Amino acid sequence: MEHNVVIAGFGGQGVMLIGELLARAGMEEGKEVTWLPSYGPEQRGGTANCAVVVADEPIASPLLTEPQAAIVFNRQSFDKFEPVVEQGGLLVVDSTLIDKKSSRADLDMVYIPATDIAMELGNSKFTNMVLLGAYLGKVNPISMASVHAALSVFLTGKKAALIEVNKRALQAGVDFVNKK
Amino acid sequence: MSDKVLMKGAEALAEGAIQAGCRFYFGYPITPQNETPEYMSRRLPEVGGRFVQAESEVASINMVYGAACAGVRVMTSSSSPGISLMQEGISYISGSNVPCVVMNAMRGGPGLGNIAPAQADYFQAVKGGGNGDYKRIVLAPSSIQEGVDLFVDAFELADKYRMVVMVIVDGLIGQMMEPVEFKTKVDVSTLKTPEWATVGRHGRDHANVITSLTLDAAGLEKWNLKLQAKYAQVERSESRIEEYQMDDADYAIIAYGTMARIAKTTVRVARAKGIKLGLLRPITVWPFPAKQLQAYAPKLKGALTVELAYRQLFEDVQLALCGKIPLGWFGRGGGVVPGPQEILAAFEEQFGKGR
Repeated sequence: MEHNVVIAGFGGQGVMLIGELLARAGMEEGKEVTWLPSYGPEQRGGTANCAVVVADEPIASPLLTEPQAAIVFNRQSFDKFEPVVEQGGLLVVDSTLIDKKSSRADLDMVYIPATDIAMELGNSKFTNMVLLGAYLGKVNPISMASVHAALSVFLTGKKAALIEVNKRALQAGVDFVNKK
Repeated sequence: MSDKVLMKGAEALAEGAIQAGCRFYFGYPITPQNETPEYMSRRLPEVGGRFVQAESEVASINMVYGAACAGVRVMTSSSSPGISLMQEGISYISGSNVPCVVMNAMRGGPGLGNIAPAQADYFQAVKGGGNGDYKRIVLAPSSIQEGVDLFVDAFELADKYRMVVMVIVDGLIGQMMEPVEFKTKVDVSTLKTPEWATVGRHGRDHANVITSLTLDAAGLEKWNLKLQAKYAQVERSESRIEEYQMDDADYAIIAYGTMARIAKTTVRVARAKGIKLGLLRPITVWPFPAKQLQAYAPKLKGALTVELAYRQLFEDVQLALCGKIPLGWFGRGGGVVPGPQEILAAFEEQFGKGR
């Protein structure tokens, strides 16, 4: 079984972080994982993205030209990845920031007002966790418990106080897709 | 859990080198491998090693030359244009018969090019680059774990044959993260200073002299013949290849490094469509695993070479297989990396539907 996803948005939106969180959680479960960032000039002022693969078998290509899923944080990323998600794949869209709708009938679409939900939780910085939660509510490459465990690797010292609210943000994303 | 850690390739490879006994690093910054020297600058002092950021690549490789003459485990790393600047030093080190490891995170070229993944330094790595008749052992890992494991082999092969060993990767392996385990830890206190090392006479009745200069032609030819005999021994003993899904394969993709890893997915996709495709992945690109490729020739209907370069690996494949089976080629350059589907499309275009 292999799950792969492209996560894309502006630098600073926590795009790379949730990718790494996903990879780390997968590793803690004993799965094969790869995390491949976009790097180079395109990161400056433009969009950043990372490709994450979580699998039971050794991973061949870490590079995803037709990902099973994409989580998009801004309009540019929507335009770039909406056309390339594989047939019947999943697209998670922050509908607070992206007003566009997909014209593809085959995709499983999640339009989630992630930034609004994050603001309700106290800070737009939790948007990435809400979106990751929405993705995890749809597909289960790894358990939520593993994601929680991985959070404590990233949030240490003073930041450890933020673990609980990040968990709530993840859950808000899960709840949003489940009540639909 | 296991002892696996999630690390960026460029840092994991640096740690792999340290675990392999590397205690000296000399380098000059260049993207996409700056995390390697950065990591070395932090870690080497912790293990009693030395890190020097040199004033240029030319200085770096000559500092490596100096340390190599002292018989210690030493390395440098750079990326394509920087490696070009090191070629003179690599030739001198080879001509002097001393060991070291050089890592090249290959990027798009020619010239300053860009920082995207490429394999266009293949000829430079395996055929020459510097002057004179010399060879390096060239290792081409396709995952972070393999790179870490190969660093142990790199230093051992360098010491065993007194040769430059190159490890060629690219920015994709350098920037990505994967779980990695450091299985081998070389205890440097067990490494003996070689007898030829220029570290003082210590009661010996003669001084060791290391040089690549031999003015007498007959003497230099003799020296060359000695090097050639060593290279022949390496060619006989050290070539390596990974065979993936080759047991019942009608066709093979031949690729190394990052390109091979992506082509592995092509093999899986092709197999799902009923095409009996396999992958032959040289792990050493010098010595080139020609014999291993030739062993498959009677079973194959064709082979597609895939590389991030224009017909460089393909030349070695042709030397090994030309006239034996139909050969095809597909590559992208300038830092463009084709996906698995694009490679499959190229295969189907050249070999039909593979039936």
